Amino acid sequence: MKRMQTEILVIGGGATGTGVAWDAALRGFRTVLIEKRDLTHGTTGRYHGLLHSGARYVLKDPDSAVECINENRILRRTHTHCIEDTSGFFVVTPEDEDDYPDRFAAACRRLDVPCTEIPAASALRREPLLNPRISRVFELPDAAADSFLATHATAQAARQAGATLLPYHELTRLRLSGGDGNRTLSGATVLDTVSGEELHIDADLVINAAGAWSGHVAALAGVEVKMILGKGVMLATNARLTNTVINRCKMPGDGDILVPIHTVTVIGTTDERVAEPEDLPIEQWEIDLMLTEGDKLVPGLSRSRILRAWAGVRPLYQETQLAGGPAQSENGAQSNECPATELPQDSRDATRALALLDHQQRDGIRGFITITGGKWTTFRLMAESAVDAACEQLGVSRHCRTAGTPVPGVEQGHYWLGHRLSEVEDEKLQSELICECELVTRSMLEGAVQRNPTVTLDDLRRDVRLGMGPCQGGFCTYRAVGILHQLRAGEASPAAGEWNVAHMQSPAHHHRDSAAAEATGTGSESALSPTPTPTDDSHQRSAAVDPQAAVSQPNLLLRDFLQERWKGVAPILWGQQLRQERLDELIYLSILNAGHLPVDYGESPLSSFYRSDSSISGSDR
Amino acid sequence: MQNTTVNSVGLSLNACIKCNICTSYCPVSEVTDSFPGPKYAAPQSERFRDFGHPYYEDDSGPISRPLTAGQMPDASVDYCSGCRVCNEVCPTGVRIAEINARARARIVAARGLSLRNRLLGRNELLGRIGSIAPGLANFALHNSISRKLAASLFGIAEKAPLPRWHHETLNRWLARTRTQRLRSDRKVVYFHGCATQYYEPFVGMAAILVLEHLGYEVIVPPQNCCGLPMLSNGEFSAAESYHRRNVARLAQYVNAGYPILGTSTSCTLTLKEEAPELLDLESDAGTRALKLATWDIFEWLRERLDQDQLPSDLRPLNRSDQPFILPYHAPCQLRAHRIGKPALDLLARIPGLDLRESQARCCGIAGTYGYKTEKYQIAMDVGRELFDYVASQADKSDLDSRGSVSFTACDSETCRWQLEHGTGLPSRHPVELLAAAYGLYDLQARRPAAGN
Repeated sequence: MKRMQTEILVIGGGATGTGVAWDAALRGFRTVLIEKRDLTHGTTGRYHGLLHSGARYVLKDPDSAVECINENRILRRTHTHCIEDTSGFFVVTPEDEDDYPDRFAAACRRLDVPCTEIPAASALRREPLLNPRISRVFELPDAAADSFLATHATAQAARQAGATLLPYHELTRLRLSGGDGNRTLSGATVLDTVSGEELHIDADLVINAAGAWSGHVAALAGVEVKMILGKGVMLATNARLTNTVINRCKMPGDGDILVPIHTVTVIGTTDERVAEPEDLPIEQWEIDLMLTEGDKLVPGLSRSRILRAWAGVRPLYQETQLAGGPAQSENGAQSNECPATELPQDSRDATRALALLDHQQRDGIRGFITITGGKWTTFRLMAESAVDAACEQLGVSRHCRTAGTPVPGVEQGHYWLGHRLSEVEDEKLQSELICECELVTRSMLEGAVQRNPTVTLDDLRRDVRLGMGPCQGGFCTYRAVGILHQLRAGEASPAAGEWNVAHMQSPAHHHRDSAAAEATGTGSESALSPTPTPTDDSHQRSAAVDPQAAVSQPNLLLRDFLQERWKGVAPILWGQQLRQERLDELIYLSILNAGHLPVDYGESPLSSFYRSDSSISGSDR
Repeated sequence: MQNTTVNSVGLSLNACIKCNICTSYCPVSEVTDSFPGPKYAAPQSERFRDFGHPYYEDDSGPISRPLTAGQMPDASVDYCSGCRVCNEVCPTGVRIAEINARARARIVAARGLSLRNRLLGRNELLGRIGSIAPGLANFALHNSISRKLAASLFGIAEKAPLPRWHHETLNRWLARTRTQRLRSDRKVVYFHGCATQYYEPFVGMAAILVLEHLGYEVIVPPQNCCGLPMLSNGEFSAAESYHRRNVARLAQYVNAGYPILGTSTSCTLTLKEEAPELLDLESDAGTRALKLATWDIFEWLRERLDQDQLPSDLRPLNRSDQPFILPYHAPCQLRAHRIGKPALDLLARIPGLDLRESQARCCGIAGTYGYKTEKYQIAMDVGRELFDYVASQADKSDLDSRGSVSFTACDSETCRWQLEHGTGLPSRHPVELLAAAYGLYDLQARRPAAGN
């Protein structure tokens, strides 16, 4: 059995965990991060993509609002290229209450959230699809954030500062030493889910940044952390409807945000308390609600093409649980009258402020900290608080440096909607497109495969947006599988030079990269990735029926990616997307006979994911 | 811009299922790498463009965040010729050519318009200036030095088939022959278009003679350019003012219930569809009334044929021992009317005419596209399919080689010029053939027959 020794072990490869690893490494701690799947597989990769100005919470959750606006200002400097500076409108529709807007504007002023009221007519000129019946509009510094890119950029910054990041490493055991009252967490046992090998990591301190899974991680240390898990369902439209973030100017509720993120608009979201983070059925009433509410912001949205539905889960936490009483919002909660005996709390009313649990103080376990709650927008602050607490436990004084340290790639400036198209045009890469919808070129794909741990095609989706467009993998899945197969069979030339994660979404950068490789005829090892890229000799989890590694099986890659894409299309299967899916079905089931691939019993790390919650629930409410 | 909805042209991209049928039919992307194809340029690239924003200033002033060159990410869309073959074959109804036209307009709004494209958009003005002294104008333009200069100064292709000014405009002919024109209670309005007015008035004469032969008085009211050349070159605000003037000038006739007939398929398409759609004028009452009143002349003649109102005195165009083989090309802009090929229905009535229908996708010229130096060769390569078709008709026509082809026919003027340029054969509008078959028109000399 392999062993590793580190000062700080971070559990969870989402925004918070990578942020913690970055912060800890910058402060000079030897740091290891483990993530059971790919980076951003959890909530980070399934949120709507909003960089909050804080305005959404000025009345309901002022603590969170202040955290958001401060972090908004910082992230614009540290993660510039991961952010599109869309600006945000808070619009008053005829259905919204009369006095909220004025109280909202006053609260923004009080909390130093920059808020300007603009004439509704000029907002409509900028966003012609907006509901023409809106009466007032406030503009705020909301923005869109690419959480995949941001997490990878943070991860690269963490690696450059010396951290080791281990995706596809699942926590199986936390080791405690000492007796009652003097217990210390001394390390963890981890399973490499690709090779099936076990790994022991001895650590001076463990930071639990597992988001919605934090309760499960804490339980391994014998500590109860009762998470309030708020499931949010989101829909993406086929193309952008607005270029500005649109919020209803009212108490936060369901379906009242539109976020333009890359090529789509995301409508979000519901907030349903769930017991478990893994099993997230998307129910018909949730879809209907998103569409009905979306129509109030952009009339006709419900009849526009919906690309996909998905669900993420908010890892909310409140130390004093909301046991049926009114929530702590300023105006008093309007809806929380449930009796305390039921699963009571509406997760909508739980605070979005971060929660730091020092288990030494709370539970008498040294060397263990949980950081949870919060928003994507506040991930850096969460990391800072967690590592501050770690310093305290470890008895050292080192100051946080993340707020003043830009991650690699910020020199590119804010990304903009057209950046991929403009690079494809400038470099004439039209014939290189593998995923035509999202403009993913062959060299982008190859760069990601060779330099980032790639176990399933879904990992490539998170890296370069493969299969995220209108056809949902219809035309790129078989192409990508073919390329992976060629790479594994050694038929493609390896990529040269240091792969800069900061440019992983740049067609031009990859093109120049692979052109350089061809010119010199040499490839070099990745200097960045601490884990070896899975190769042909890597083994699949021993429990799997098929002995061969998932990654070396093109059929399995194909099947599981198609299934994963299908999972998000099934709940919205009508109209134009149904027509698309019919074509995709003809391609894969009729032409390629993908329904009868010789991998029927094979398993990849993606298999359980799409199986766990692929069914749409028919319950009506 | 408040009439923008989720059902607007731009968002018809939502219908795309990425099937690539348009790409496989596109005549332009087949011959050049400069145009990556209709799917790439329209539904695919449109998702990366800032399309939520208006593309030009509206009544209430400039938009608050003006477009910059950087916000128009792509340039290759300018290589779309606008032939609309993609629209024709799309199985799901994406308005591909319109999306491309709008994208081009946004490029123009952001980066400005070249002098060349501004000139090409102003063929009405050019026509009017040249007609002051057509002989001089033709001499000044149609010599190799001028063409070389035009190519190097403006980028107007040296070999491209520029038209010649006619010695008499249609209006002057109408004034000169005023006393001979038919008066009748049955009236139609003729929309001649700029090319007929200044370069080919004989096409208008043929049309007027045929309509009078049917017993209709032909009203030719003052009118101006339909705006299509400006729409194709991305100059939407200028196109809109031209269109609105036409709506105003034709309103009284439209309101009186007279049909507006045109011999130029692109002008009539603009009045019917292009201007209302591209300029977001679908809800403008005058625009809609004009749209509904406008007909392609053969579309209207076919109605007369169907109602047995067509004089039957059609005579053969050939001497009995000479077959008259006529390759006919239905131009893209006619196919976009979605009215079938009405000229064929009429020409088929001419005794002894051996009609050969081309299946070529496009002649290549696509309005002003083939006149641009960087696009001239593309246009010729696109047209190759049609030129070869015409050539093959002559070869196979008859074993004793009596059946040579002496004319081609096509409804659109620039397509005819391109056909002549590519095949070396004279090309005629179908209405010229019909007029000739009624004995009203001299097909060779292109003028009314003696006595008309």
